[in-house]
Amino acid sequence: MREYSTRQRVLWIVGGALIIIYCLFPVAWLTSLSFKAPADLTNRQFLPTEPSTENYEQILPGGSAADLFMPALRNSIGISLIATFIAVVLAMFAAYAIARLDFSGKRLILTSALAVAIFPVVSIVTPLFNLWRNIGLYDTWPGLIIPYLSLTLPLSIWTMSAFFREIPWEMEQAAQVDGATSWQAFRRVIVPLAAPGVFTTAIISFFIAWNDFVYGISLTSTSAARPVPAALSFFTGESQFVEPTGAISAAAIIVTIPVVVLVLIFQRRIVAGLTNGAVKG
Amino acid sequence: MSVETREAATAPAAAARTRRPRRTDKQRADNKLGWMLAGPAFAVMLLVTAYPILQATWDSLWDYRLTTPDDREFVGLSNYAVILSDPLWWRVVGVTLLITVITVVVELVLGFALALVMHRALTRLRPILRTAILIPYSIITVVSAFAWQFAFAVDTGFVNPWFDWVPGVSETTDWFGGFGSSIFVIIMSEIWKTTPFISLLLLAGLAQVPEEMQEAAMVDGATWWQRLYKVTVPNMKAAIMVALLFRTLDAFRIFDNVFVMTAGAQNTETVSLLAYRQTIQRLEIGLGSAVSVLLFLAVLLISFSLIRLFKIDLAAARGER
Repeated sequence: MREYSTRQRVLWIVGGALIIIYCLFPVAWLTSLSFKAPADLTNRQFLPTEPSTENYEQILPGGSAADLFMPALRNSIGISLIATFIAVVLAMFAAYAIARLDFSGKRLILTSALAVAIFPVVSIVTPLFNLWRNIGLYDTWPGLIIPYLSLTLPLSIWTMSAFFREIPWEMEQAAQVDGATSWQAFRRVIVPLAAPGVFTTAIISFFIAWNDFVYGISLTSTSAARPVPAALSFFTGESQFVEPTGAISAAAIIVTIPVVVLVLIFQRRIVAGLTNGAVKG
Repeated sequence: MSVETREAATAPAAAARTRRPRRTDKQRADNKLGWMLAGPAFAVMLLVTAYPILQATWDSLWDYRLTTPDDREFVGLSNYAVILSDPLWWRVVGVTLLITVITVVVELVLGFALALVMHRALTRLRPILRTAILIPYSIITVVSAFAWQFAFAVDTGFVNPWFDWVPGVSETTDWFGGFGSSIFVIIMSEIWKTTPFISLLLLAGLAQVPEEMQEAAMVDGATWWQRLYKVTVPNMKAAIMVALLFRTLDAFRIFDNVFVMTAGAQNTETVSLLAYRQTIQRLEIGLGSAVSVLLFLAVLLISFSLIRLFKIDLAAARGER
């Protein structure tokens, strides 16, 4: 790396600080809002006059809006995890075939994954809405998990093939030459090499499922399956004269926490996963 | 093994002939295994996208409303005629294009600036920046939309009191009361949320610009600006194009932000929102499907023209080269 003069150093630190403020400002605002007491919500200042946890008490178990938020949270976690798991397992086999085999469907599958990834979600939701009502999948977990695969699967295939392409597969043979059985070679050599890629793909895939809104509001009608982003847009105040701003902010912060934790721990991997598949000059 | 080598040494042509079917055997075995492994993923992918779009195309040919399912009537392309001759459709397309063009242009410029800072940032600062920049990317779009909406709202927001020195902004400015200001807030939140993704793609592209070329240009006396234009940008064209393609298509499908902030009020409705309103809220399956199909065709058209226009190399995008 190059050497910096003091002036350049200051400049880069200022630039970096600006980026950090840019990225965190709206999150900081929402956090601050979530700690404002109902009467304080309209103080029109950035910070609460007196921090209060009232909004959180309202949406967590025992609170007046808990039946709006808690089922949605459970739905979001369950549906996103299952959709991620199915996509990652299916994509794992596909990515292995794409990265390792001399196989004619490679281009076709990668191109389809790209095509599916750019597919407008709304175009899928229209026919599903009607079909799901007819076959009883409307407002159920599977009714969301299946369409979520259109979000998680192409991304997983794409990202994981890029990861798998970088694995030195010869090491498997080398281990076998050294006397390992093929199972041992696979378990001891390939699994540790492939695991980070699989894991990273799962995180990115989870983000995408967690973020869904269109399917969530279109294919559900009750708390039986409605995920958090959709539920947030249906939040209502304690009476029709009370704006649900505080409850929404608190709920929004709660669903942001897992994402922030994953990002904090795995930032390097996530960046590699996001860019690996997309940019190779 | 030894027979084959001897043969190859004496008669290369014969060896080539005998070796070819062997390769096809391996290829055939690979092919079979390949489809067995990748087939399920491929089939599921087709099932969850190809089937719905075909169904939508079929539904779009009917006059079909869920409230009166028995009056279903085949009407051919007349749903499309209704939509395409309605000024509402063209307004909605116009709004969507406006949002797309502004966000993508701003995001490319801003994303490039962010990428340049991160690329040159002090090594110790880099993981912090990477973490920060992943936050907008990974946060739920609806959450970010609420954050921006509450910030600009007359009753809860801090924007009006903070920026009342700006001409046109006062304590009581209603940002969601007019088209221009609503679109402004929608675009701001969209830019905030998705610029980091672009900047990460561009950062990966920057890493592939050969450092020697930069140094050579510097020795030749090129200014910073010239180096940016003549060395950096041409060398990362692939990354820029991929970012452009993905973001344009993504922006054109914009839904969440608009739904949360205005729900289409003040003429801010976008194509996705129109399709949603027709199908899910008005239960006009026929008309809604036609809008969905048109949206799909528009996305196809945009991607083909971008790929053609900028000669985007998808093989490079797939990481095959």
